[in-house]
Amino acid sequence: MSVPAPASSAAHPLPMAWRLEVFRREGLDDPDGKRALAAVRELGVASLHSLRHGRGYLISPDVDEASVARIASELVCDPVLETCRITRPGAAPVVTPAARRVLVARKPGVMDPAALTVERAIERAQLARCSDGTRARVLTFSAWECFGEPTRAELELVATKILANDVIDEVRLGDEGVHFVLPGNVAVRDAGSIPLCKASDAELERISKDGHLSLTLVEMRAIRDHYVAAGREPTVAELETLAQTWSEHCKHKTFAGVIDYDGERIENLLKTTIKAATLELAKPWCVSVFHDNAGVIEFEPGWHVCFKVETHNHPSAIDPYGGSGTGVGGVIRDILGVGLGAKPIANTDAFFVGPLDLPEKDLPKGCMHPRRILRGVVAGVRDYGNRMGIPTVNGGVWVDPRYVGNPLVYAGTVGLMPAHCASKEVKPGDIIVVAGGRTGRDGIHGATFSSAELHEDSVVVSSSAVQIGNAITEKRVLDALLAARDLGLYRAVTDCGAGGLSSAVGEMGADCGARVELEKVPLKYPGLSPAEIWISEAQERMVFAVQPENLAALLATFEAEDCEATAIGTFTDTGKLELSYAGVSVGSLDMHFLHEGTPKWLRKATRPVVRNDDPACPPCADANATLLALLKSPNIASKEWIVRMYDHEVQAMGVTKPLCGERDDGPGDGAVLQPLPHSRKGIALGCGANPGYGLLDPWAMASAAIDEALRNAVAVGGDPERTAILDNFSWANCARPAELGKLVEASRACYATAKAFGTPFISGKDSLNNEFRVGDEVITIPPTLFVSALAIVPDVARAVTMDLKTAGNPVYVVGMTHAEFGGSHYFALGKVEGGRVPRPDLVLAPRTLKALHRAIAAGTVRACHDLSEGGLAVAAAEAAFAGERGLELDLKALPCGTIGAHHDTDATRLFSESCTRFLVEVDAQRAGEFESALAGLDCARVGRVTAERRLVVRGTRGNVVIDASLDALRAAHQGGFQG
Amino acid sequence: MSTHAIVLRTAGTNCEHETKLALERGGATAELLHLHKLCAEPARLDAARILVLPGGFSYGDDIAAGRVLGHELRTFLGRELAAFVARGGFVLGVCNGFQALVDTGLLEGPDSDGRPKGGEKRSIALSANESGHYECRWVTLRNEPSKCAWLEPGMLWPVPVAHGEGRLVFKDAATLERLRKNGQVALRYVTASGGEARYPELPNGSTDAIAGLCDATGRVLGLMPHPERNLSPWNHPRWTRMGPREAGEGLEFYRRLVEAAGSAAR
Repeated sequence: MSVPAPASSAAHPLPMAWRLEVFRREGLDDPDGKRALAAVRELGVASLHSLRHGRGYLISPDVDEASVARIASELVCDPVLETCRITRPGAAPVVTPAARRVLVARKPGVMDPAALTVERAIERAQLARCSDGTRARVLTFSAWECFGEPTRAELELVATKILANDVIDEVRLGDEGVHFVLPGNVAVRDAGSIPLCKASDAELERISKDGHLSLTLVEMRAIRDHYVAAGREPTVAELETLAQTWSEHCKHKTFAGVIDYDGERIENLLKTTIKAATLELAKPWCVSVFHDNAGVIEFEPGWHVCFKVETHNHPSAIDPYGGSGTGVGGVIRDILGVGLGAKPIANTDAFFVGPLDLPEKDLPKGCMHPRRILRGVVAGVRDYGNRMGIPTVNGGVWVDPRYVGNPLVYAGTVGLMPAHCASKEVKPGDIIVVAGGRTGRDGIHGATFSSAELHEDSVVVSSSAVQIGNAITEKRVLDALLAARDLGLYRAVTDCGAGGLSSAVGEMGADCGARVELEKVPLKYPGLSPAEIWISEAQERMVFAVQPENLAALLATFEAEDCEATAIGTFTDTGKLELSYAGVSVGSLDMHFLHEGTPKWLRKATRPVVRNDDPACPPCADANATLLALLKSPNIASKEWIVRMYDHEVQAMGVTKPLCGERDDGPGDGAVLQPLPHSRKGIALGCGANPGYGLLDPWAMASAAIDEALRNAVAVGGDPERTAILDNFSWANCARPAELGKLVEASRACYATAKAFGTPFISGKDSLNNEFRVGDEVITIPPTLFVSALAIVPDVARAVTMDLKTAGNPVYVVGMTHAEFGGSHYFALGKVEGGRVPRPDLVLAPRTLKALHRAIAAGTVRACHDLSEGGLAVAAAEAAFAGERGLELDLKALPCGTIGAHHDTDATRLFSESCTRFLVEVDAQRAGEFESALAGLDCARVGRVTAERRLVVRGTRGNVVIDASLDALRAAHQGGFQG
Repeated sequence: MSTHAIVLRTAGTNCEHETKLALERGGATAELLHLHKLCAEPARLDAARILVLPGGFSYGDDIAAGRVLGHELRTFLGRELAAFVARGGFVLGVCNGFQALVDTGLLEGPDSDGRPKGGEKRSIALSANESGHYECRWVTLRNEPSKCAWLEPGMLWPVPVAHGEGRLVFKDAATLERLRKNGQVALRYVTASGGEARYPELPNGSTDAIAGLCDATGRVLGLMPHPERNLSPWNHPRWTRMGPREAGEGLEFYRRLVEAAGSAAR
């Protein structure tokens, strides 16, 4: 039963549009409503007893009634599951009696993919047109009907914390006046030029700040001096272009600048550490490193693979769903834009968030609860990655209180390309084509925003830098781009990321010149100024350099995929970036000044104090209980709820899966894929990070992160001698010498570790201003290096999973255990501070990985699990319950270094987090072969697989220290946050 | 002459390559064809014995999964698809293809003017999973005795599902009863040993644990799981626990489809 809403309920005018609201039929469950109710309960609001969700559509008012009825019955409403309420333009809608209504609509201008789909479907099937013959316009919204007796304050809380995000949504409580506004009809003209030449330092700083340019005084002076010499003032478009191109996000000024490290002068930290390792290793299989949108390595004859990982931290803090979704969309475009474009075949993701059980009262002002952030970023990756048809196969979640205001979101994509597509060139005379999504005011100042710190009002001032993606637009781009690539229809391509067209065209034309006619860029809505068009970061766009003779064929190829592509200019040989709008020049920049004119930053750094103390490892009174507590802890507990929501099977290349074992619930170390159906060669993906290590010892943290990523890849069958790695640094504000000092140490560790392992860096990214200011307090993140590894697997049939297989098989531990507890989970649980941070032995570790790989490639290994968070005990528990097999271990047999007398020896053996260690089940028939492969390295038989469904560990004194059933271990592992 | 298959794709389709590979390994020749092209030249169906609507997120699954694609198929190709089936063609819809297929009404047969009973006339729907979210996992299917004769009855086989809207819901009990009686229930979710499935073996809460339906001719089949994701010996999540394997169980599914479509042509 439904009744019209009281007319007085609208504080905003009722929309002059047809309104359709589609609800589940009475008697059918409402999964959206159920999920929302669970979140309401979690928030502690008991007065609501149920919610129902309605999908709302607003349609142009001058469509005739019969057409609206057809749209309702034929298109938007399911005849079996749903009913549709239709309301005339300007009329009060029909609502359910006793329902408290909450309407949520995207703010004008925020991407509304469903509306675009419905508009297009109506148009294509000719279901309706406006009376003047124009296309019917559609906006969507959500109509929530809440039942119970909530107060208005409670309803507001539910609306803002669960049903909507203020940054992108407009909310109406008990008010039916949802907007039907098409954005942008406010024409903003650029003010022409900006008076810079005579500006004082104070004025320069004000211009940078007011314009959200994020340029330093030194940089502003350099720009002023350039224009003084040129004898004119910069135009708005020119200044914006400089701000985007010179942003920390695009230019990596900290890494590339000069650092005074306690008196030692470092010219270009990136070049002297990370890039130096790659250069000196000089691996012949590295095809393209650091200079393109992703790193490229050889795979098979005729085929290359490429890999890129991006950070998308600040947008995700403000709108987790849109932030992580556009992060995924952005890194996919990097892969589409590397060389002549690669086909994305796998996604990875990693999240670093605050404690999921944080009491609401402890949440700093202006922060979103970590649970909401995690759910949001997972949903964003799910909806974008799944829609793109790219399997999300590897990643991780790390929890630490210092990520509460500034969560970290990493998204990676692996691509596959024919070998001849690895390079590109732009020639003068090539046509500039922009393809994909239309340009709007979205994300203006994203590049400069990501280079600034977050604060409690970020939500208010930065909302134009936050966007929602439209995955299907990007899927169209992907399909059309690969088709055009295979037809050889363009000479170069790059993605539109930070800085929009200004960065994309500016980079492509850096060595020649470019002329762009901005009025030709297709817009979402009218009214954008030339500078806005130029720097907009609207998603899902790629830029091509097309030979004039191929232009018609290229445009036709895109049209066949329903993907808009438009010629907007020409690459030239003038060395200038020339911009015009409707025939009038709006900017002319010297390419050399644009790309080389950035003043080098000079920053001070101080050496971090590494305490290097060695507090005693306390004895473990009840190792059983400790193990169960560790299994439940947030960094170790099962992430199955996330894995299941990602399509990790699409493209059918999966060889080892994120979840392994008899019941598909063991956490796999790395993912193995078979990219080409005709070749048994594979790739293995792994990743490593540890927030607990960074504050104690940034050098060890970085080295251990690399070791972990390599362990993951080698454990599943990857060849450590054919492994490339990626660095992603997220750091606190590096203007502070102490933070920058940690970056120096971590970078130097990267150099030493990559050199030792023989694993070149092929790509990387840094985000160096991750802190959150609330009042006078600053919450800084721990130094966090996220390392990704891509290894070649010689034969996928020899890939290995972590679940124990066969009772009777011997079990070995490979690698040496030391008393390394700094940042460990055992110390965290026992609230012991400090300690030595694990670091790999750079002499032995590379040999260990190679030997283990030989044993795996020879087929002697039945199961292999790397030892990481929680040490041996956790790895043993996971391998046992995943395999549904028992395991007996004897700690006496474990290869150990010298363990100081103040450390409890059994606890050290069980829970130390020393690097480069593996638990390995070996085929009983081939134990000798395995032992020979590992001869001369730290490796010992420590137990066997049993048919009893228990993990039994004997301590060094022969007593049983752990005796736990597989059911108890599994239950603990699944006892953490589950979404 | 080999059996030819068309794999129909549009914006958001994303399983077309592995589907084409499955058909080719199953013995067919296969081509990828964009919906726009087929709308412009429906006669291209004449060359094919099999039409596959593969998985994906057609048009973003905006409104509901497969809805806009279903609407376009109904609007632009309704009669042609019905005629294709009537003259002996085979239609397979997998996951998003099944969702669109349900919307076209092809599974419910033609109405009096020869158009499939789709859109507002249909009595079958694929609803949001009972769990309320998208889910990717491996399940076990049992081929049921049905009009879809090329599925060997009683066979159990593993296959992955990956969807958010895979729960079959019927307008009324009579609809389900009619489908059962007509032999249109082709596949059910079961436990690994063939027992009655509950979540998570029944991943979406589908009515009567039904995973796939066929039409009255047995030549139109739709299912939520993805057999084309289980072609190689190494796709199965537990292959490292098994003995040597020649191929994934999904290959047999496509082999039999191609064989049935080929022999029906003779």
